[in-house]
Amino acid sequence: MRDALAFLRNTWRGLTAMRTALTLLFLLALGALPGALLPQRALNAAKVDEYIAEHGWWGRLLDKGQFFAVYGSFWFSAIYVLLFVSLVGCLLPRLWEYFTQMRAKPVLTPRNLSRMPHHADAHVDRDVAEVMAAARTRLRGWRLVEREEPGGARTISAERGFLRETGNLVFHFALLGLLVAFALGKMFGYEGQVIVQATGKQYCNSGVFNFDSFRPGLRVDGTRLTPFCVRVNDFHASYLHNGQAQSFQAGIDYQSGADLDTGTWRPYSLEVNHPLRTEGDRLYLLGHGYTPKFTVTFPNGATRSAEVQWRPVDPITLLSEGATKFDPPQVTDSEERRKNQLAITGLLAPSAVFDGTLMSSNFPEARKPAVAVDVFRGDLGTDSGRGQSIFSIDRSMVDNGRLKKVARENLEVGQSVTLDDGTVIRFDGVTDWVSLQVSHDPTQVYVLVFSMLIVAGLGASLAIRRRRVWVRAVPRQDGRTFIEVGGLARTDQAGYGGEFTGLSRDLLTGGQDKES
Amino acid sequence: MPVNATLATYGDWLYNSAVGVYILATFLYLYEQAFGRAPAKAKERELVVAGGTGEQWKPGLVVPKKPERPRAERFGRMAVALTLLGVLFHVSALVLRGVATGRAPWGNMYEYGALLTLAAVATFLVLMRSFPVRRLGGFVLTPVVILMFLGGTALYAPAAPVQPALQSYWLVIHVSVISISTGMLLVPGVASLLYLVKSTNDAKPERFARFAGRLPAADTLDRLAYRSTVLAFPLFTIGIMFGAIWAEAAWGRFWGWDPKETVAFVSWVVYAAYLHARATAGWRGARAAWVNALGFLLTVFNLFFINLVTAGLHSYAGVG
Repeated sequence: MRDALAFLRNTWRGLTAMRTALTLLFLLALGALPGALLPQRALNAAKVDEYIAEHGWWGRLLDKGQFFAVYGSFWFSAIYVLLFVSLVGCLLPRLWEYFTQMRAKPVLTPRNLSRMPHHADAHVDRDVAEVMAAARTRLRGWRLVEREEPGGARTISAERGFLRETGNLVFHFALLGLLVAFALGKMFGYEGQVIVQATGKQYCNSGVFNFDSFRPGLRVDGTRLTPFCVRVNDFHASYLHNGQAQSFQAGIDYQSGADLDTGTWRPYSLEVNHPLRTEGDRLYLLGHGYTPKFTVTFPNGATRSAEVQWRPVDPITLLSEGATKFDPPQVTDSEERRKNQLAITGLLAPSAVFDGTLMSSNFPEARKPAVAVDVFRGDLGTDSGRGQSIFSIDRSMVDNGRLKKVARENLEVGQSVTLDDGTVIRFDGVTDWVSLQVSHDPTQVYVLVFSMLIVAGLGASLAIRRRRVWVRAVPRQDGRTFIEVGGLARTDQAGYGGEFTGLSRDLLTGGQDKES
Repeated sequence: MPVNATLATYGDWLYNSAVGVYILATFLYLYEQAFGRAPAKAKERELVVAGGTGEQWKPGLVVPKKPERPRAERFGRMAVALTLLGVLFHVSALVLRGVATGRAPWGNMYEYGALLTLAAVATFLVLMRSFPVRRLGGFVLTPVVILMFLGGTALYAPAAPVQPALQSYWLVIHVSVISISTGMLLVPGVASLLYLVKSTNDAKPERFARFAGRLPAADTLDRLAYRSTVLAFPLFTIGIMFGAIWAEAAWGRFWGWDPKETVAFVSWVVYAAYLHARATAGWRGARAAWVNALGFLLTVFNLFFINLVTAGLHSYAGVG
């Protein structure tokens, strides 16, 4: 039992020692670095897979060691939890000491003031009482105590810069608060992304299924999302002549809160750097791309149109890829349907240039849209039970011969291609889509408050110096008074010299060359 | 807003002139460091400061015994004058960039580097007034000149507007604060490295004998490093927080472990460790100096490696 207690006490002492805290700080810095150097799952999962594939056993070893999710890894958590404990262990005794010191009186005047790092003395004609009164006036704002010494001498001990420790404690406690708020935000927050056609289409934040991708916090199950709806009316982008984007702007209407019941739509101009903030959630404009519109006229005369977003593959020229898929109309037999599904897949260039039949894009704006497409007919595999991307076709269906390429064509707006069975596919043009993100973080305002406290505390603890000054006035036989002044900076000696010089001059002259 | 190409060109010329003037000043500083009086006298002066009569050492206030100053000292003073001239060119270059592009002139790595080095030089000039370290100008200006040379060649970007994500008043606030604080941190980085040389020499006089003999006292270098870190570190903290506020508006989250954010966090932790180390028995002195030097290495790493090699949200280098 005693041994166990001793062990606990020693562990606690070891953990809360400054040397341990320093070591932990270094470990924290070292542990955070791989997150900047290695691809991270949370930021780019595809890159992580690529990295593991490229590096063989080394990649797999890193994966086992959770190096691709550094900030949630067991070892990174261990470091910050230990640091957290160490910080609390350092702070509690300091807080106690702080309150004790706040009530304590400034220390006794040392007998020999000339041994202090800062010292000055003089003989003056004034008497002790006068000197003391002048000193008290000059030391206004200092915590001071006056004492009598045997032999008629009187002293003042004064102390200043108590706010340094206040700032220090504020800084460290705010740091703790920030960490807690950050962690809570990670638990109760979520992020969801969705692509919406900028042609008056709507998105409603009513459930997880409405998102294209969703990243929930640990305690978020996807229910009880903040209800609001957004209608994207249009999208505008402007570019420099070299293709660099200059501005993105989506004109939206939104309804939230009581507006949902009354059906009121409020207009908002959604821009990069200008998210929509409503009901504690934020809506961001993340990106944009183009949606080609195809109209298919089937042999039986039925026509179908489809507008499905294609995704940019070149961020500069917005050359995009995708797949627009059709079911044959008026076919109820699923067997028959699976033989005649159509997919239009390939590239879309907003500003097309052709090198022979090879198409590329030379500008991100939709100046001369064109598509270079392969048309497939057959079984797309949409009934197979396997999920498939909306941006591509299931290649395995091509490989096993159930999906056949029936045409390859470059189409500009208005042009069409006729398939062997008489089906006509027309490229009608492009419209814009925008990619939106809904973010929910209930604690971020607390993080901000704690950050401001951190800055305030840090500023106070680094700028303010704790310093002491002592004055001793000794009456002399001849009626004159001997004044001694000593000074000591308790934290950083540098810089006290200037203040002490002015202070001691005033104290020795009784503040005569200074008003007040 | 159209870019005024003429003004931008004048700005680039001024930038190049600033580099030229700094190089000249570097040679003069180094001449003083190499051939000036051995700092026996300087040591006395420092003792006076430490002793606390409050007499602050000023480069211009030393009364010479003879009316004629030694050549090394004259060169040192000329170096300071040239540095001031360089700063004038440097500031004008940034102002012209700003006017030419109609935005804050720190939107790509060339401009960012220009502001960073300006902050470094200005910090050194200010600290030179309270510390007897004029002759160290060469060691501060050398990395400045290297950074400016890289900025003006490999990282050069012509004057142009910035992309939508950067069009925010936070560009003015966040980037300037980060860039200025990073520049300020260059000075303690250099001072700490020199401290390491000096303290090695103090312990074993045969090591760095020729070089360290002419350096200021280890204590002075340590205080120089501490004082400049104490100025720059809160600013760096504020810069990171401004960045978080901007990231919340631009990218949808205030912190997302983007590579640049991560390395900024790491360097912040390292500088925090420096401040703690300096107050911890067994870590004072050389170890703390190593920590500070490491901190500066990390900020440089953050500037180059993260911007140019890794792909993250902060890849605004405007290179290639």
